[in-house]
Amino acid sequence: MVNFAWLIPALPLCGAIANGLAGNRIGKPAVGLIGCLTIALSFLGSVVIFANLIALPPANRVIEMDLFSWITSGLFQINFSFLIDPLSVLMALIVTGVGFLIHVYSIGYMHADRAYWRYFSFLNLFVFFMLMLVMSADYLVMYLGWEGVGLCSYLLIGFWYEKKSASDAGKKAFIVNRIGDFGFILGIFLLIWTMADQGVYSLRFETVFKNAQHLEPARLTVITMLLFMGAVGKSAQFPLHVWLPDAMEGPTPVSALIHAATMVTAGIYMVARNSVLFSLAPITGEVVAGIGILTAFFAATIGLVQNDIKRVLAYSTISQLGYMFVAVGVGAYSAGIFHLMTHAFFKALLFLGAGSVIHAMAGDQDMRHMGGLYPHMKITAVTFILGAVAIAGVPPFSGFWSKDEILWETFKAGHYFIWALGLLTAFLTAFYIFRQVFMVFAGQIRSDEHTRQHLHESANVMTIPLIVLAVLALVGGLVGIPFFKGGSPLHAYLSPVFESGAQSLIHAPQGSSAGHGSLEFLLMGLSVAVGLAGVLLAALFYFEPFKTKAPAFLNPDIIGQKFKTIQTLMVNKYYVDEIYDAMVVNPIKRLSQYCFSFDLSVIDGIVNGAGWFLRLAAWLSHKFDIYIVDGAVNSLATLIDFNSGYWRRIQSGFLQNYALIFVIGLLVMLGSVLLYTAPY
Amino acid sequence: MLTLTHFLILSMVLFCIGLTGVLSRRNIIIVLMSLELVFNSANISLAAFSYYLQSLNGTVFVIFSITIAAAEVAVGLAILVAVYRRRKTVYVDELNAMRG
Repeated sequence: MVNFAWLIPALPLCGAIANGLAGNRIGKPAVGLIGCLTIALSFLGSVVIFANLIALPPANRVIEMDLFSWITSGLFQINFSFLIDPLSVLMALIVTGVGFLIHVYSIGYMHADRAYWRYFSFLNLFVFFMLMLVMSADYLVMYLGWEGVGLCSYLLIGFWYEKKSASDAGKKAFIVNRIGDFGFILGIFLLIWTMADQGVYSLRFETVFKNAQHLEPARLTVITMLLFMGAVGKSAQFPLHVWLPDAMEGPTPVSALIHAATMVTAGIYMVARNSVLFSLAPITGEVVAGIGILTAFFAATIGLVQNDIKRVLAYSTISQLGYMFVAVGVGAYSAGIFHLMTHAFFKALLFLGAGSVIHAMAGDQDMRHMGGLYPHMKITAVTFILGAVAIAGVPPFSGFWSKDEILWETFKAGHYFIWALGLLTAFLTAFYIFRQVFMVFAGQIRSDEHTRQHLHESANVMTIPLIVLAVLALVGGLVGIPFFKGGSPLHAYLSPVFESGAQSLIHAPQGSSAGHGSLEFLLMGLSVAVGLAGVLLAALFYFEPFKTKAPAFLNPDIIGQKFKTIQTLMVNKYYVDEIYDAMVVNPIKRLSQYCFSFDLSVIDGIVNGAGWFLRLAAWLSHKFDIYIVDGAVNSLATLIDFNSGYWRRIQSGFLQNYALIFVIGLLVMLGSVLLYTAPY
Repeated sequence: MLTLTHFLILSMVLFCIGLTGVLSRRNIIIVLMSLELVFNSANISLAAFSYYLQSLNGTVFVIFSITIAAAEVAVGLAILVAVYRRRKTVYVDELNAMRG
């Protein structure tokens, strides 16, 4: 069965090709069916592979499959290969599972769009590339998937390309990602070079990891930093986070699938996949954790003051991705993957819920126009609140378990500052997500009459994925809770992948089962308290029944007035975009202006001068032809014409003239003969 | 007594009459007839020389010449008829299509 694993990515590719080539002719139901069915089959395939993998003993759970030889250059060879191991199968399950639900949801969400087939084609193509990314056994094949998902992200962000902001956002995402990808590919090049020094000519994960111990630590640090640069771009970490909020211009299911659940987590997957290398480069680990917590905190503060329903979720995604980087940075790879999984559930749920709300609001995304939507759309509201509870870290919802594990691993690894900041971020997270819940679903509706009449619950095809995701967000954390015998099942499941990495890590956690002491329960209680405090504060600020009872100083407007500078800073997203504009975009624009004028004056001048010179030469040549060459020919002809004017008169046409002439000639000849030959 | 000289003078006179006819007449039939005179003046000289020199060469030449003249007249008159049908004229000075 495992031999057919290549079908998992191949099916979405077939769907993408079928919808891309024939989608505009076969009608919307068929397009939707092809899109969903291929992903459903992929998901079933992943489940089968997963079941097969579980049946094997843990030590044998890494299977590599070569499809064909891709690149061969001397000793260096790259095979198009798949890696079936616990991590890749888990990722494939998440991608196809969540992807399937989002495909189904899209049938309802995009039902009125005229480019329906293009949408499903791109979405299937994305799933294909994402599966390539997570299932590859080779850096270069992974890079292929990595670039492919970037492409699909660009295509789908700019899906409504008639809108200037959407096409700009697509370009921004692509260009910012390119900066990160540049680091990634440089990292791969340096890896090839370094490995070749060791006499190893392969980019296979297995081969690279086996030889990683022999590599120079400094060089390994540079390699991992470059790889991390790719992850920073793809996973929207500071300072390359700027593309993700703008990416919300795309259709909401796209935001859910690509910019929340799957693609943006590719960076975490990549770092986790390279756990061996990152474990050998502790400095990079510190940088990863540092960037992660900085991003988590910084994005959460921006999320506090956003008013666009999707942008809050976008900053929340950036913040949660920061958590995952903290986890992989401190060496708690399985905790990072655990949070990746639960985040995929609850953030996809939140995005799809937001999409349902936007659908009901006829495209309005401003939360200031919402409010009081609960009675109109109960399923969306309840599932959204479940997602919010999950992300806020309230037990026993999934987000609590994964976030708490990350905080605990961080604390255990001795990074107390990161832990404290993480805890503060957890508070902010709970606050901004419940601010959103109260603003959207509670209180009085603030929209105009027209929108109010349009309010409706979404169709079943949209609400059923919401319900499924809500259940997953509720129970998905159970696979990672540490109270089972022998530690968390997820951790045990992933251990074949991360064991080698964790052992060589300097700040290694003591293994999964160790240390469920009172300290852990204390910290767990602390994070629950912090989460609940965040929820409570949001309620005091934005929930009417609580607001009235709140002390006077706890009013968002008063606090906003008091900390005007900070608020302005946060509303403007710390001016990162403006700084980039001033430091990078505008200088480049100016440079291109200079280049343009240089082109215009010098290059064009040379070209035009050459053209002018040629025209002059051609003019001279033309005159030479006309007057000298043609003149010679014509004057000869004129001469002949002039002469023949006289000579033609001989040709009178009178027969008797001719006869007379030759009689005269005859006489002359006869006369001369007689004159000269006669003897007398 | 007729001598060779008499025949040659007759031949010359006939030649000159024929030549004058060829050069001066407009009607192409007359021209052709004059041409026959020129032919026959030559035949008379040939026959006279043949007799005078007691050689059959001249006589044979005359017979050939008359034969060819007969053929020439047949072809010439045929062309003449064709020219008349086309141009509706037999005057030499009007048949000047070859004028340069």
